[in-house]
Amino acid sequence: MARSIAQEFTKGLWDEIPPFRLVLGLCPVLAVTKTVENGWGMGLATTFVLVCSNVLVSLLRKAIPAKVRIACFIIIIATFVTVVELAMQAYAYPLFLKLGIFIPLIVVNCIVLGRAEAFASKNNLVRSTLDGLGIGVGFTLALSALGAVRELLGTGMLTFYETPIQIFGPSYQPFTIMVEAPGAYVGLGLMLCIMNMLGKK
Amino acid sequence: MREMIQMVVVLTILSCISGGLLASIKNGTKEQIEYQQLVFVKGPAIRAILEGSSNDPITDRFKLKDGDIERSFFSGAFDGKVNTVTFETFGKGYGGDIGVMVGVNLEDDKIVGVGVTTHSETPGIGALAKTNVAFSAQFKGMPLKDTFKVKTDGGQVDALSGATITSRGVGVALTEAVKIYESLKPQIADQLKTFSK
Repeated sequence: MARSIAQEFTKGLWDEIPPFRLVLGLCPVLAVTKTVENGWGMGLATTFVLVCSNVLVSLLRKAIPAKVRIACFIIIIATFVTVVELAMQAYAYPLFLKLGIFIPLIVVNCIVLGRAEAFASKNNLVRSTLDGLGIGVGFTLALSALGAVRELLGTGMLTFYETPIQIFGPSYQPFTIMVEAPGAYVGLGLMLCIMNMLGKK
Repeated sequence: MREMIQMVVVLTILSCISGGLLASIKNGTKEQIEYQQLVFVKGPAIRAILEGSSNDPITDRFKLKDGDIERSFFSGAFDGKVNTVTFETFGKGYGGDIGVMVGVNLEDDKIVGVGVTTHSETPGIGALAKTNVAFSAQFKGMPLKDTFKVKTDGGQVDALSGATITSRGVGVALTEAVKIYESLKPQIADQLKTFSK
């Protein structure tokens, strides 16, 4: 099934949106989506790594020997993850404190390795870049959406740029469970359910 | 055999490029990261102590050697004169070391402010040393000369209720600060002169 160039990008936004359709990369999805801000911070970091690693893997796909391709992909991915980690420490330290260990853990995020192995190593530069961008943006949207739902239900407010905005008013009794670990599963399950209902033919 | 060599070569080249790239980025961001860590970990305490200073204490920092240990000092300018310095000392608390930032005015050797930076005290009891304004405010204006003891030990410090050990730890840190300050005062004064233009 051949896709047009534009479809390589848009497939990541709905048809193959990572945590919901592919159900991949659940570790950051469940762990960091306590707030919208954490969600999109993590999403942007992953997008950067995805695009860069897809570009490089696609460019080097003829030079990398098949038997050591996974090792090569991991080196490439780990390099970009470290770049992100250092950049975040230098320019967005509060976000780095909140995301903590989950930034280095992007290395073992199966979405990134999965796109390198399943897509970028078999496709040309343009398609691989768009694929990385599409999947990355989809991942960011998914994390932000889940973060928004959890933060809204769990605390009654949404935080943007360190300023909390009260949405439900002071009389709202928060579902504290939504910002705890079980809330991540409940939130993800509900969103999967809604997406499947919408996508039903 | 050819395949083998290719594998080794490709992996080696990739690793070298990656290593080189990361080393240069690490070097390039080192200072910025150190600055950010100071701003967000120690910054709040420093800023609270040097409230109203006309300079950025974290930019105007300097290091001095105290025996084998290198200590960081942050200077504050008031009324056009750089006359205040803050530095961090440690004392043993209930759950580990308590980091205390002490601000001293060099002109009269009096404490301008005290703030806890890092600690692992019990939340709601010892941890109040960081957030309880009345506790840290009592040190303001005390001369940085004596030893600091809590009242139950016959000293002058009002302990936090239920957290005598934490309060003692802060006292120990301050007593330590007296030692550091007395031994380094001439050098600190020299450094501060370089900041006043």
